[in-house]
Amino acid sequence: MLIPCPLCGARDLREFTPKGAAVTLHRPDVGAGLDAWNDYLHLRDNPAGPTRELWWHGSGCGAWLVVERNTLTHEVSGARLAEEEAGA
Amino acid sequence: MRLASRGRIDRSVSLPFSFDGKLLTGHPGDTLASALLANDIRLMGRSFKYHRPRGVMTAGSEEPNALMEIGSGAAMVPNVRATVQELHEGLEAHSQNRWPSLSADLLACNDLLAPFLGAGFYYKTFMWPRSFWERLYEPAIRHAAGPGRLTTDPDPARHEKAFAHCDLLVIGAGPAGLMAALVAGEAGVDVILADESSEPGGRLLTEQERVGGKPAADWVAATLARLAQMDNVRIMSRTTVAGAYDGGVYAAHERVSEHLGARSKDLPLDCFWRIATRAAVLAAGAIERPIAFPDNDRPGIMMAGALRSYVNRYGVSPGRKAALFACNDDAHRTARDLQEAGMEIAGVIDPRSELPKGDYPVFSEARVVGTRGRHGLRQVQVQSASGTTSLAADVLAISGGWNPSLHLSCHMDGRPRWDETIEAFVPRPGAVPGLFAAGAANGVFDTSGCLSEGKRAAGEALATLGVAAPDWLLPEAENQAGSGKTLWLVEGRARAWLDFQNDVTAKDVKGAAQEGYDSVEYMKRYTTQGMAPDQGKSSNVNALAILADATGRSIAATGTTIYRPPYAPLPIGALGAGAQGKGFAPERFTPSHAACLARGAPMIEAGLWYRPSYFPAPGETTWRESCDREVRMVRSAVGICDVSTLGKIELQGPDVGLFLDFVYANGFSRLKPGRVRYGITLREDGHVMDDGTTARLSENHWVMTTTTAAAGQVMAHLEMVQQCFLPRARLRFTSTTDSWAQFAIAGPRALEVLNTVLDNPLRPEQFPFMACGAVRVGGVEARLFRISFSGEMAFELAVPTRVGASLWRLLLAQAEGFGGGPYGMEALNVLRIEKGLLTHAEMHGRTTAFDLGLQKMLSRKKDFIGRSASERPGLCDEGREQLVGLISRSREIGLPAGAHLFAPDAAPERINDQGYVTSSAWSPTLERHIALGFLRQGRARHGERLRLVDHLRGVDVACDVCDPVFFDPEGGRMR
Repeated sequence: MLIPCPLCGARDLREFTPKGAAVTLHRPDVGAGLDAWNDYLHLRDNPAGPTRELWWHGSGCGAWLVVERNTLTHEVSGARLAEEEAGA
Repeated sequence: MRLASRGRIDRSVSLPFSFDGKLLTGHPGDTLASALLANDIRLMGRSFKYHRPRGVMTAGSEEPNALMEIGSGAAMVPNVRATVQELHEGLEAHSQNRWPSLSADLLACNDLLAPFLGAGFYYKTFMWPRSFWERLYEPAIRHAAGPGRLTTDPDPARHEKAFAHCDLLVIGAGPAGLMAALVAGEAGVDVILADESSEPGGRLLTEQERVGGKPAADWVAATLARLAQMDNVRIMSRTTVAGAYDGGVYAAHERVSEHLGARSKDLPLDCFWRIATRAAVLAAGAIERPIAFPDNDRPGIMMAGALRSYVNRYGVSPGRKAALFACNDDAHRTARDLQEAGMEIAGVIDPRSELPKGDYPVFSEARVVGTRGRHGLRQVQVQSASGTTSLAADVLAISGGWNPSLHLSCHMDGRPRWDETIEAFVPRPGAVPGLFAAGAANGVFDTSGCLSEGKRAAGEALATLGVAAPDWLLPEAENQAGSGKTLWLVEGRARAWLDFQNDVTAKDVKGAAQEGYDSVEYMKRYTTQGMAPDQGKSSNVNALAILADATGRSIAATGTTIYRPPYAPLPIGALGAGAQGKGFAPERFTPSHAACLARGAPMIEAGLWYRPSYFPAPGETTWRESCDREVRMVRSAVGICDVSTLGKIELQGPDVGLFLDFVYANGFSRLKPGRVRYGITLREDGHVMDDGTTARLSENHWVMTTTTAAAGQVMAHLEMVQQCFLPRARLRFTSTTDSWAQFAIAGPRALEVLNTVLDNPLRPEQFPFMACGAVRVGGVEARLFRISFSGEMAFELAVPTRVGASLWRLLLAQAEGFGGGPYGMEALNVLRIEKGLLTHAEMHGRTTAFDLGLQKMLSRKKDFIGRSASERPGLCDEGREQLVGLISRSREIGLPAGAHLFAPDAAPERINDQGYVTSSAWSPTLERHIALGFLRQGRARHGERLRLVDHLRGVDVACDVCDPVFFDPEGGRMR
């Protein structure tokens, strides 16, 4: 599997580490309450189809990426820098 | 028998080799199989279960019978296919699965028991008594059945791994593959042409055909010469593409030197390739399909295409008189080739009624119904409209049609499609994205068709790359595919073999259907059809045709089992190339490594690092003696310890303070330049991730330290926090762990030792506890931190790694002048346990700041990673297990880590468990056995007596609960 790192180009899977669903980017405020935090920390969809995940290019440039991947076909349709998504 | 002419072998050179100890010769260009046939050796192995005599059946990687052990001693490789192993001087081959010898195999008695040993007999027979399975049945079965033996010695062979990248991978260099490579090469894209055989060409090397008006082999040579001129085309011979994976990645195995024998000492045996390509053409050809008929497994019975290979490519005649049994025109083509080569034709047996004429006996509407010959074929029984006749023959060539080699197209879960017109499975387009099947692999079997298929597939692949295919005139070639019909099975009383490698018969498949295992997946597991190393390459389709017939379904409705990687057996050594020994776990050495070894220090692993356990002094015989001395030395004088393994991350920028406030649970932004602060980091789920100190060297320049174990994890975490949560913060950071050598100087005389090496000595009040700053050591810029992991007055002095080894020697020499010396991990651990300081034994991932007694560090004034979760009621419940100190009531019995705590009168059972020990030491300072551990409501239970039990080590001892800081709780010594 190859992941198209926006900084390095298409790179082998083994340079990356996954960190689960990209909802991690949408961190609740400190006062959001236990339910919001429980949801953020523990509850995840398990989609059959397109999914957005956080991957770390640890053996490359060190960038965190939002990777769009189809769990049915393993097809990677795109990747962008997490910091762009987070509003840099 | 070797033919006088023909073939692509060099008759002027003789290569000596041995088979079962017998010395033989062959020629360059031979495979082991062709060389054995040239020496009139037809019996090449014994079958898996019944020990039936078997000979070579194919001339390719699908070979089920001729499996050999190659080499000897630790370098011996079992289950090598003699059809793939190229001959070299000194090759040593042994037959397998026979005892005591190949021709007199006593275990052939299994064959007489065959009526009782059908599919499923293991499950039915060896059920009782239960305990006999492991002790008696399984060892006996394993002795009697099975392919080659494994040597139990470590593999001495050198394996290699490599990566390749290209625009187009062409798999197979037969007519379709060569044409695809030509077209793509001409189009200018980067091409890899991988072929399994020792030379590219595929069937063009084995057939008497003409391409482009010249002999096919000459066209191959001209085409290869043309490809060799193209800088953008790489040809990889002896390379089996074994798997197709996501994103256009293919696994391939290259046999680099196994064909060279003793001349290969500078080369790896083989190489495991990962090829990343943008598109691929599957031109892997087709595998000839056998016919199941009674006693179809005698040495001398082989595939018609294989027989043509042996005659035309290797110049070998596997016998003197051949019969042919086929339901297509291939048999007639074979008969013509054999006649040309001077072999006698006993007859062509064909179930069809209208047959091509030939200058040999032809039996139409006929079948082979039996064979004779104990160790090799002697006679073939033929049944035709005119009755049954016996033909004398020592070779029988069979052809039941062709199965496209579509395996790779199934590797991403795609199922093949049954094509009624050619009665074969063909690849489903798009089953592997970017893979285009061509030629025989796509169900087009004539040479002209293959050439045009290669061009078409290359054009389709190029289109996906956005490149136009060049106009290309196809050479003229044979366009007769050889018409035929299918014949799967000839019924009879004797067994008709399907899977030769696993000894599965047509009757076994029917039996599976009768017993209700009527799905193809059940049948496979019940009979073991297709589960041997050849994965049923020749036999699977026949087996499911028979299953379809037995269950009254069509083949399309019956379906097929899925092909999975690898296409051909791969050596585990090649898959693991580079990942053995130090390749598996590289070693990281500290700047003082050599000096520590020189002092006789035993090294202990800490992650990938090696650190000294202790430094034995003359007369010391146990680690405890050395450790106790080193602890007392630090408490009374001074000790030096290499702490370079701690993770060091340098951060610069105006927003570092804000960033650290978010990373650490406690506040950092108000830390003054020149000061150090201890901090803890949490995971977002509220548990402690790591601890360490961070120093503010100047307004915008900070250095963070992490524990040795968590350095990588913390770095990844910081990257995530910055990029995902604080992308606008103005800072940059990088790991500098390997750039700085750092030494702890600890003990009452630490400052005196330090001042001997500083260019400008310090007064104590100039550099108070938790201060940091730049200093100079012998003219070198250095950093000094006054921090302590021992509870003593201590400094950590950091210099660039290149001068680390000299500073270590200098510090040791100075320390020894003050009654000090080096101390190792054991003493470091005792010193920190005496002070109740934490490591990952305590921060083990399930403990919170509350559990560790650090709840006051959790800032209420700011948000930080883990804050919200750390406030969840369950994570700060008073009933949780909390960090405590433990002191053994016994002077002799220690408190081992992993032991559990119980009330003094409670039974030591899980239900009464009160807590557990995480770190344990003999304290030379207190002269007591002490420990750190977690105890339910522990902070409120100081002074209580408990029972400590370790069932594993047989320890049962009373201990007292106390504060985790055993020594100098006010911290006066380090200040």
